[in-house]
Amino acid sequence: MITTPDLIDTLASGLQPKPPRYLARRLGIGFGIGAAIASVAMLLLWGPRHDLVAALAAPPLWIKFAFTGLLMLAGLAAAFDLSRPDGRVPRAVWLVIAAVLLAMGLLAVLQLANASPDETGWLLMGGTAASCPLLIMALATPVLAGALLAMRALAPTQLTLAGAAAGLAAGGSAAFIYAFSCDESAMPFVLIWYGLGMAIPTAVGALVGPHLLRW
Amino acid sequence: MIEALAGNEQSYRRLLTEVGNRLRAYYARRLGPGHAATEDLVQEALLAVHMRRFTYDSERPFTAWLHAIARYKLIDYLRRSRAHRSLPIDDFDDLFAVDASEAAGASHDIGQLLEELPPRPRSFIRAVKIDGRSIAEVSAGSGVSESAVKVAIHRGLKQLAKRLRGTDAS
Repeated sequence: MITTPDLIDTLASGLQPKPPRYLARRLGIGFGIGAAIASVAMLLLWGPRHDLVAALAAPPLWIKFAFTGLLMLAGLAAAFDLSRPDGRVPRAVWLVIAAVLLAMGLLAVLQLANASPDETGWLLMGGTAASCPLLIMALATPVLAGALLAMRALAPTQLTLAGAAAGLAAGGSAAFIYAFSCDESAMPFVLIWYGLGMAIPTAVGALVGPHLLRW
Repeated sequence: MIEALAGNEQSYRRLLTEVGNRLRAYYARRLGPGHAATEDLVQEALLAVHMRRFTYDSERPFTAWLHAIARYKLIDYLRRSRAHRSLPIDDFDDLFAVDASEAAGASHDIGQLLEELPPRPRSFIRAVKIDGRSIAEVSAGSGVSESAVKVAIHRGLKQLAKRLRGTDAS
């Protein structure tokens, strides 16, 4: 058994200086590789929606981008801070999540309130309600794996929260990527099924965090 | 720590020795004196400090970072040992009790900072802000008027705040 002074000696000799922006780089690489895999998978398996150029001119696609992109950024910001031992979820992250959900809920309710009764079903279910959350989940898998792998090398101590943050970043990015190929544009649909597609990876991250992030 | 992160071996060696002593006190307090696992935990935490030193943000207090690692390793150890053989439940009580070491770490830092102040404001601040005595008591004890005590404390604290913003302990 090595004595503590010897251990300190071993650790201190050949000390490497800290690489700049170490945390952001590690997390960015893991997350980025996962997101790249998800993007390629989307392009190869379904491809972008056929009317993508036309859709870019109308608000619904941009609302989808904002909804998913902001939640992704919130997840990333939380994962970044929770990768430190003394990290916590920044208050701005909670505010962004609350504001995004509130705004999206408001849009959905407004659209439902202004719709005739026979449109309601379509607004809620669209044509792809069954597959949408599943496909988002599938796209989120490589991103979650990449983010968790990166965080393992960092030092999270609140493993459930850290896992959930990685899951939200993964779900948000997956939904963002999925929005390129999905041609649903009803707000209630986006809230429910995109929301579910992001909530599941978040829950999965929270569940696996305590097992996979231990160090 | 900041010098250590820049690659200064001498500072890092000194830091690790100091950290090791603090960890030993921390684990001895938690596990009871002479517990067989104390030194193992100290080494494990030191190794963790080393392996994960890049996750320290120099804008934040070093003690909070170190304490979070020490605590994490302690909880991990308790969980592991509980999985292998059951420990008496009262061992876990102090995990949930108020965390005295955080305050201890903070007062250590403050003590160091205070040393850098001139003697008079230093003694006033210590008497009023740390020992909790009243301005009137301090004034009577030192023969300085109450308003002069207040001004000295105010200036001293301002100086401390400036120092805290400008540099970082360890």
